[in-house]
Formats: sequence, C-alpha cells, structure tokens
Amino acid sequence: MIFGFHLLSVAIWLPIIFGVLVLATGDDKNAPLARIIAMVGAVLGFLVTIPLYTGFVRDTSDMQFVEIHDWITRFNIHYHLGVDGISVLFILLTAFFTPIVVLAGWKVIEKRVAQYMAAFLIMSGVMIGVFAALDAVLFYVFWEAMLIPMFLIIGVWGGANRVYAAVKFFLYTLFGSLLMLVALIYLYNQSGGSFAILDFHHVAIPMTAQIFIFIAFFFAFAVKVPMFPVHTWLPDAHVEAPTGGSVVLAAIMLKVGAYGFIRFSLPIAPDASHYLSGVMIALSLIAVVYIGLVALAQTDMKKLVAYSSISHMGFVTLGIFIFNAYGMEGALLQMISHGFVSGALFLCIGVLYDRMHTRNIADYGGVAKTMPVFAAFFMLFAMANSGLPGTSGFVGEFMVIMGAVKVNFWYAFLAASTLIFGAAYTLWMVKRVIFGAVANHHVAELTDITLREKVIFAVLALAVLGMGLYPLPFSEIMHASVNDLLVHVARSKL
Amino acid sequence: MSYLSTLYPAYAEIFLLVMVCVILIVDLFLTNPAKTLTYMLVQLTLLGCALITVLTHQPGVVHLFNNMFVDDLMSDVLKLLSYLTVSMVLVYSRHYLIVRGLFTGEFMVLTLFALLGMMVMISASHFLTLYMGLELLSLSLYAMVALQRDSAVSTEAAMKYFILGALASGLLLYGMSMLYGATGTLEVAAVSDAIQHGVQNKALLTFGLVFIVSGLAFKLGVVPFHMWVPDVYHGAPTAVTMLIGTAPKLAAFAFVMRILVEGLQPLMTHWSGMLVILAVLSMAVGNISAIAQTNLKRMLAYSTIAHMGFLLLGVLSGGIDGYGSAMFYAVTYVLMSLGAFGMIMLLSRAGFEADTLDDFKGLNQRSPWLAFMMLLLMFSMAGVPPTVGFYAKFSVLQAVIGAGHIPLAIIAVLFSFIGAFYYLRIVKLMYFDAPESHVPISMQPDSGLLISINGLAVLALGIMPGALMSVCAVAVQQSLLLQ
Repeated sequence: MIFGFHLLSVAIWLPIIFGVLVLATGDDKNAPLARIIAMVGAVLGFLVTIPLYTGFVRDTSDMQFVEIHDWITRFNIHYHLGVDGISVLFILLTAFFTPIVVLAGWKVIEKRVAQYMAAFLIMSGVMIGVFAALDAVLFYVFWEAMLIPMFLIIGVWGGANRVYAAVKFFLYTLFGSLLMLVALIYLYNQSGGSFAILDFHHVAIPMTAQIFIFIAFFFAFAVKVPMFPVHTWLPDAHVEAPTGGSVVLAAIMLKVGAYGFIRFSLPIAPDASHYLSGVMIALSLIAVVYIGLVALAQTDMKKLVAYSSISHMGFVTLGIFIFNAYGMEGALLQMISHGFVSGALFLCIGVLYDRMHTRNIADYGGVAKTMPVFAAFFMLFAMANSGLPGTSGFVGEFMVIMGAVKVNFWYAFLAASTLIFGAAYTLWMVKRVIFGAVANHHVAELTDITLREKVIFAVLALAVLGMGLYPLPFSEIMHASVNDLLVHVARSKL
Repeated sequence: MSYLSTLYPAYAEIFLLVMVCVILIVDLFLTNPAKTLTYMLVQLTLLGCALITVLTHQPGVVHLFNNMFVDDLMSDVLKLLSYLTVSMVLVYSRHYLIVRGLFTGEFMVLTLFALLGMMVMISASHFLTLYMGLELLSLSLYAMVALQRDSAVSTEAAMKYFILGALASGLLLYGMSMLYGATGTLEVAAVSDAIQHGVQNKALLTFGLVFIVSGLAFKLGVVPFHMWVPDVYHGAPTAVTMLIGTAPKLAAFAFVMRILVEGLQPLMTHWSGMLVILAVLSMAVGNISAIAQTNLKRMLAYSTIAHMGFLLLGVLSGGIDGYGSAMFYAVTYVLMSLGAFGMIMLLSRAGFEADTLDDFKGLNQRSPWLAFMMLLLMFSMAGVPPTVGFYAKFSVLQAVIGAGHIPLAIIAVLFSFIGAFYYLRIVKLMYFDAPESHVPISMQPDSGLLISINGLAVLALGIMPGALMSVCAVAVQQSLLLQ
C-alpha cells in the first residue's frame, strides 16, 4: 500500500498518469518540460515497484499483493491484480527500462517529444498491467492496448520503411490475439462463468478442446515471442523502430509471449502441452540453430541483434516445454537476462546510429580507436549476448541446457550449438565494427559517449554482471511458483 | 379517467408530432439564414421528449391502441438514445449545413419526422404499426438524401435509395400478408401464440418468413441486400449520411427484436439459419470491400455493412446474452459512427468536403487533439481495447460461443482482423504521413466540444463498459420476459 493505494495499481497507473501529463505539455515548444516530467514519472514508476521485490514472500506460490474489485459485473469480470514468483520480476524489469528509454530518447528525439515520451510511459504502465492481471479480460485489454503505443512509436519515429513495419507488427499480433479471445470466452463458458485466470487453471477440459485452446494461445503467444515460423515481423519492426522502441520491444514485449505460455498455455491445457511439446521443442530448436545461422548472414546491426533475439527466445520456449525445474527457471532467467542484454545492445547500436546515421556493419571499423569507453561497454554486452560465464547470458542458457540434457541428449546438443553460433555472429560483428583500422573519416570524427549515455550503460553493465556473478536474488524468488507450476502441469486435466 | 390520460405511454410521440407542426409553421416566419430559433426549438423539443419519456416510464410493459403500441424498458432506452443521437447529429451538422445553404426548416422538420418514425418502430407491437413507422422514417430519409437538389450524385443516391427502399417495403408487406394468411392476425404477440399452437399452412408461414427476413435485410443493409448502402452514404450530404448511419440502426434493432424475436420466436431455427448466411456474407463483403475504398464515406458504408453482420450474430445466438449484446453493439456502433461522420464534417469547410482518405493525411500535425479523437474512434471500430468497440465485439462473441457456434465466432474474429486493416490505415494516414493541406481547421465551439465528448466517451465506456452493458441486458430481458 502506498497512501492507501495498492502497490500494483500504483505501478500500473502512475506511469500512465504521468504519460497523460506529458501529453498535456503540448507541442515541441515545451519539449524540455515534457522530458523532465517523463523522467520523473519513469523514475517514480520504477521506485514504486521496488517494494514488490523487497516485500515479496519467497516461500509461497500464492498470488501476492492481490487487489480485486468488481469491474463488469454482467460477465463476472473483475479488476483483479496479483503477482507470483513468475511475474514479479518482469514488472521490475519493465519499470527498470522505462527511465532508460526516456533517457535514451532525451536528445535524439526532436519532433513531437511529448507524444514520444507519453507513448513510452503509457506503454510501460500497460505492460506492467499485462504481467499483473489475474483476470483474463483485464489481461486481454492490457495485452491489446500495448499494441497501440508501439504501433505509433514505430510508425511516427521509425526509419524509412516504418509504415510497413508498423502495420505488419500490428496485424501479426492482432491476428494471434483475436484467436486467444475466442479461447478465453470458451473457457469462461466452461468454467461456469468466471474469467479468473486461476479458475481457468482448474477447469477440466477434454483433449480435443485442449488442443484447440493450445493452438489459439499458440498463435497469440508465439507471434509475440516470436517463434519460428511466425517471427518475420520482428526484424522489420526492430530495424524500423527508433532505439527506444527496439529496446522495449526486445527487453519487455517479447517476454509477454513467453509469459503467456507459462501463465495460460501450460496450466490451462497441460495435456495438450505435453502432447504438443515435441512440436514446440522442434520449433524452438529451429529458432536456436537456423535463426542463429540467419543472424550470421546479416549486414545490418539491428537486424543481426533482432535475429539473435529470436534465437535466444528459442532457448526460452525450449526451457518451458521440457517441463523440468532447470528448464523453467532457466527460461525465466534467460528472459530477464535477454532483457538486459538485448536492450543494451540496441542502445549501443542506437549510440552509433545517432552519430553515423547508418546501421550497416560495412560502414564501420575501428570504432574502439575513437570511442574507447563505448567500445568497452559494447564488448561487455556482446560477450553477455554470446553467453560468456560471469555474465547474465550464461546463467539461463546453462540451466536450460542442463534441463534439456535430462530429457534428451540431442536437444541439449542442438541447444548448446548456440554457444558457438551466438559467439560467432556477435563477436564477428564486434570485430568488424569495433576493431581493426579506422574505416573512414566518419568513424575518425566520432566522439565518445556522453555522461548521459555512460550512466545508462553503467547501470545496464551492473545488471548484466551482477546477475551473471550472483543470480541467486533472481532465482530464489521464483522457486516456489515454478515448482508449483510444474506439479500442476504434471497433473492431467482430462 | 379521461381518455387522454390513458395515452401517457405515447405522450412523447404525440408531443413530438405537435411540436413538428409548430416548428413547421414557426419556420415559415423566420428569415434568418442560420435558423437559430428553429434550431433551438428542435433541440428543446428533443429535450422535452426525453423528459416525457423519463417521466412517463412505468415498470413493466404497457400496451395501447388495441395492442398496436407497446411501452417497455427497451423502447424507453432506445428512444432516449435516439433523441440523444438526433440531437448530436444536429449539433455536428449545423455549421456544415449552414455553410452549404442547406440548413433549412425542411431539414429539421424531416429529421424530426424521421425520429417520429423511429419511435413508432421502436414501440410497435403490431406489424402494421411497424410498417407505418418504417415508412415514415424511410420517406423522410429519401427526401433528405435529395436535399441538395442540384447535385447529380445526391439525386442519383436518392433515386436508388427510394427504388430499392420501395422494393424492400414491398417484400416486407408481402411477407406480412402471408403471415396474416397463415396465422390470421398481425399482432406481434398473437402471431407468436398462433405459431406455437400450430399453423395449418407451414409453407405459407415459411415463405412469409423469407420475405420478411429479406425486407429486414434490405433495411439493415446486409449482404446480399446491401447495394444501396455505399451509394447512398456517398451521395447524400454528410449530415444526412450521418443521420442515416446512426439513429435508424437503433430503430432497426428494435424492428428485428419485435418481428423476429417477439413475433417469430417459434420459427427461430428457420430464421437463425438465414441470419448466419446474411451475417457471414456481410462481414466478408463489408470488410473486404472497405479495403478498396478511397472515399471515407464509402469506406464507412462498407464498414457499416460489416458491423450490421456482426450485430446479426448477436441476434441469431438468441437468449438474453445474444439480444443484449446485439443491443449493446447497436448503441456503441451509433456512438462510433457519430464521431466518424462528425469528424468528416468538422474537417470540411465551405466548398470542400473532407471525405477522401487523403484528407486525413498528417492530421496529427494539423491538430493533435482531433487526430487523437479519430484514433480512438478508429480503434474502437476495429475492436481494439481499451475502447468500447472491443466490448461490443466481446459481448457478441460471448453470446455466439455461449450458444455453441464456435466456428462462427472464429469466422467473425477473422473478418474483424481483416477489418482492422482499413481502420488502421486511417490512423496511419493521420500519424505517419505528412499533411497535404495546411489550411487551418476552423472548429466550431459546439461541434468541437461534442467531438471531444464523443471520442472520450468511446474511451471512458471502454474502461467502464459494465453499466451500459447491464442496461442493455436488463432492457431486453424485461421486454422479453414480461410479454
């Protein structure tokens, strides 16, 4: 409780209210004011989520910080919020990235500043809502509402091909969501008139229906993750989005897909999940190996990191669908780590792009000579992306591989290949961009990162190293919920 | 008790009729081109009707004029919403019509006559009353479409509307006569009773039903009886398009309820099958054709066709959920299209119609607030939360799935997915493209305020849709259970 309000509600609505305030500053005459209000809102938004972590009771899988009010009584829909060990970290992650993207867009965004900042703040609140919602309709509302600001961010502030990318992003995700809506309403009827997600977990459903429900959810979540073969929107969206958009997309928005699998698909349709796990694992491994190879062939830095994201998210879905504690916890840790690392990499590319206005790897070379501090940070995040022990990237991947070994050696073998591919495409990019002789006079004229950029990168570096060296604070919080989930999924609902 | 006091359920209609006559006469003596006094009188009349409807409201169902007229909660709610809609139409269109020299006494009188027709339809419990209301509405609208006499497009639209409308009325009447032949009565409740007790000539009854459903489909503008809709929407002055596209949908919903649900409920297995075909075709043709349009009014016409298809899904699902959701859908649809047509008129100015898609290019740079309102309206039409359009689709889908028609629900969401594309295109034009014209937007204070209220209502009802949903459900429930 803060001043009599529930914590989760504050975490959701505070950024949204600040977003509206920022909008109220009007046109670009008041841009400095808009930036300051946005920053205050973003920082406050992060601060209010900290008690969620410190006050979290570790040894229970029950929902905590629960808040429930009647909302639409006609359909028994509630404003029902709560977090467990699975969702709480993502709320912190979301709130953590908001000040970073605000800061990252501080100088670069010059037109329609207020709208830009407001879009990010509102999106931040809405995404926290996705992770906190315990009512299916509330979840769906947040889930869809999230699309609107992102659509505008890509379309208004994006690159040359922004319109195509924005529309593709919107339609891809909308398609999946609508099928999920049908599944949710079906579950409402099956559960005897409840939209509570936790009630859905206990509804007995016949196998055929479970498979259909699983497929409906699959379309919604797989598009967001994104899984092979519905991943094609992501490289477009990433390339065209402004830096902040890419960061939020990679760090948070991809996670809601995997979160959806964990919160909906597995517990609601456990039998179908087991039955179709072979397919899911196959798609995950294709993502890891094939998309890893695709990443190797990219000439555009943002595209490369985008494909690397898809490959890493393949790890996450693999971890989820091998149904053991290593896999599941590994998947969750990988999601958080990928949030930090991919967010940081997109910021690095943003820094280069702001100075050079090109993302082509071939246009760079020898950046380390002119931007030594930046090069050091870039190197660190690149190492984390390739899963170097001691960085956050290692923890999740290692656990997922451990989990996979228990199920099937070849799963683990193929998954482990990412340690080679990942290192190959990331480090090769770093070599071409950072090292070597200074490529041209544009690179020679580069100036190193400013204090503002240093602060952003230092915070992220701290997170990446901290999580790599001492992952316990992240993993202990999820034990109880993960174990409970696995027990639940092992029980048949037929 | 005097005879007059027993007429209280029809006081609103009587008051309106008297006032229309008064306005018609008063207007003759006014020379002011802005017609301020007439306009104020019309708005006051609408307010008066609203007061009367609220004050004469009685719990339960009251029949009048030998069971030809019914007053129940559903009729009161729909009437109140119709007054509100017509009043909003007048606020939106006043300036637009003044600039074009069309803001005449006739326009307002015809609008009120159309409203009277709608009220009669809403409160009809006899097939002939229904028909009478429908004709009063249609004849007023035919004349209004042709209001711009010297415009070839308008005249053509009016002609088409009139001929096809007359054809539809013919179909409807023919169907009713067959129904009369089969059941021996035209009273809605008596028809239902007669069918339940068994009818000699089943074939006659079924034929009658087919004709009635076709006539209804014509009036609703659903595929394959939709050909008039795009031309009329496009050809009519935008103010008239707005009137055609909004309030009559409420009356049409009441029409469907009175005829199909209250009168022909025992034949539900027959008509629900027909509605499935109409609904699926409408969603398909409406949503796909809308993509190809470059004129916003035509696009909204096709979008209406698709929306009416969706509304029929609610009706064919049956039950309180189904009818309640269809009513909720109709109400939210009216709210959204008021805003959309209002926006066209707001952006238009003397000698310029902002009715092509390109006129919306870069609106965010010309007026961020109007662009935001249009964004809300478009996302609402597409059914994206947190706008009210989502709950309209949601409640219809809930009814459809509850009735066990899951494949139908999947078809419906697939077509709304296709539909999302063209609404999204408007948002794209407003936000992503550069403006083509830099003429400052001259907003009238009244319509500017109204569009803000309208847009924010779409958002507010999207956050708190519960009350309106319950009102619709309760209204439908009462009028069905108490019959």
